Amino acid sequence: MGLLSKKDTNLILDPLADNNPITIQVLGICSALAITAELKASLVMAVSVIFVLGVGNVVISLMRNIIPSKIRIIVQLIVVATLVIIVDQVLKAFAYELSKTLAVFVGLIITNCIIMGRFEAFALANGPWKSFLDGIGNALGYGVILLIVGFFRELLGSGTLFGIPVLGDPIAKTGLYATGYENNGFMIIPPAALIVVGIIIWVQRMKNPALVEEN
Amino acid sequence: MHDLKMKYKGKKMAPAINAFHTFLYTPDETTHSGSHVRGADDLKRTMNTVIMALVPVLLFSVFNAGYQHYSAINGFPENFSLMEHFLTWDNAWIGIIKILPLLAVSYGVGLLVEFIFAVIKGHEVEEGYLVTGILVPLIVPIDTPLWMLAVAVVFGVVIGKEVFGGTGMNILNPALTIRAFLFFAYPTWMSGDKVWVHEARERSEAILAGASNIDAISGETVLGYLAQNNGAAMEAKYTVMDMFYGFIPGSVGETPTLLILLGGLFLIFSKIASWRIMLSAVLGSLVMGFMFNQVVEMGWITETSKFYGLMNFEFWKHLIVGGLAFGIVYMATDPVTGAQTNRGKWIYGFFIGFLSVMIRVFNPAYPEGVFLAILLMNVFAPTIDHYVIRGNVKRRMKRLENAVIHPKDSDGKAAELQAETV
Repeated sequence: MGLLSKKDTNLILDPLADNNPITIQVLGICSALAITAELKASLVMAVSVIFVLGVGNVVISLMRNIIPSKIRIIVQLIVVATLVIIVDQVLKAFAYELSKTLAVFVGLIITNCIIMGRFEAFALANGPWKSFLDGIGNALGYGVILLIVGFFRELLGSGTLFGIPVLGDPIAKTGLYATGYENNGFMIIPPAALIVVGIIIWVQRMKNPALVEEN
Repeated sequence: MHDLKMKYKGKKMAPAINAFHTFLYTPDETTHSGSHVRGADDLKRTMNTVIMALVPVLLFSVFNAGYQHYSAINGFPENFSLMEHFLTWDNAWIGIIKILPLLAVSYGVGLLVEFIFAVIKGHEVEEGYLVTGILVPLIVPIDTPLWMLAVAVVFGVVIGKEVFGGTGMNILNPALTIRAFLFFAYPTWMSGDKVWVHEARERSEAILAGASNIDAISGETVLGYLAQNNGAAMEAKYTVMDMFYGFIPGSVGETPTLLILLGGLFLIFSKIASWRIMLSAVLGSLVMGFMFNQVVEMGWITETSKFYGLMNFEFWKHLIVGGLAFGIVYMATDPVTGAQTNRGKWIYGFFIGFLSVMIRVFNPAYPEGVFLAILLMNVFAPTIDHYVIRGNVKRRMKRLENAVIHPKDSDGKAAELQAETV
């Protein structure tokens, strides 16, 4: 493995599947509902969270021995807020249209439970390198679900992927639309994301029954 | 069939075979332990009774489909006679070619999903879909494309029922889940004035495309007229009796209030459906309607308001238009998703009626809210039951506190008594 020991690899790979922050820990649901109507927005959100969580985990990990535990939440918030503002400014500078679509949700990365959760649960107790891997891993796990949900919602709801029509033109009735197919308006509204996430959880637990909680 | 059943016993397909078997014959299994109460009214009997109550509505809707279609083209007949204008072959034919496919798709797809789940999970197929299957075609607009219905049925049965554990475990009424899915997914096919009468939509599209040899037809529902503050035009077109008998446009089977009323009485007398829910839902809608009427009386809402048409609609007429009667009789009374306690049923029913009329008036896009109200109360039903039961417990605790307990504390009986009551 060279660079990554087995334990380190697990830090990245675990959150992708068996310890996924969205489907297993059920964190960060709010943003998964809000911005997944389009694949592009999902991708930007995923990349933003990867950046914030990766860097944030390192910063917190470096400071972990000097943060007084009584005010650690405030310190964590300041770190996230700083990083989120960087992301927000970059988006505004280079992808203005997109930043308008994402609107407040970039700012709300601050309140994304996954980030605070990883700070509390991991970065405060581990070294910077491990924390970095853990941050990237969890953010990737979050991003994968966002992309899956975004894929289905955009495809079924708007008939496009990344804004490119793939099913034909709904107004001129070409492609699939010629057969009478219509876009599913339900997929555009946020509750659809909840149902898609639910189905992902269902499929995942069916494949790996060890994940099912005992009552 | 018996041979097949034996042959497939213990195999993967067994539930599917068994389902056919019990559909045709009485099962030959008996229970082996404990004492049991034998009742003739098993799940299948219950379902069949509801279907019997729905058959007149279905038959009426077959004729009404054609009647609305031809009336929209030729105008409503001057001297209406039931045999000449309504019960005709032409009318029935339109109904048969439009409604039978809806029914077939609803049952076909729904039962297929049930069979697949039964085979995967290895349990027996339940009869739960029998009623849902006939309800679904009755609560959608007549020209609903069959593939949309199929998608919605898959969604409704899987998300509305199977994920919760199948028949008897569902929180939401599957038929209404299907209706809600259609409404949110394909709103242009579910609302407006072009979907309630057969061909209205096709014709308007053809005219937009440049056809000039056909007339546009439209069939606005009574509520649609009112939502546009066009009450006068509505009254010129439909009389109160039209609304009561059901000679008005609407979802396939929601219009014949008279037949629904008879079906409801049949369900009450056969003790299948709860009269408490029906009565309280009627009361709830009357109260809400009356309150809206009073708001208009007081002059708070004037004719310029967009709510005027619906608010000014006499309160008792809410019961005979739209899907309110149908929803109250056949869907609010679903024993699985409704409240279970008697006092809970009163509350549950009352709010269904109350909210139906409220949503109907305030819904900006679509002047109907029965399915939303029932779904909402489905969600609240367990909460209502919980508090009713807590209330009961509390009252009895209080009674116990005030009661004089013999014999006295000294021999420890009081402590025992208390323990039993809690």
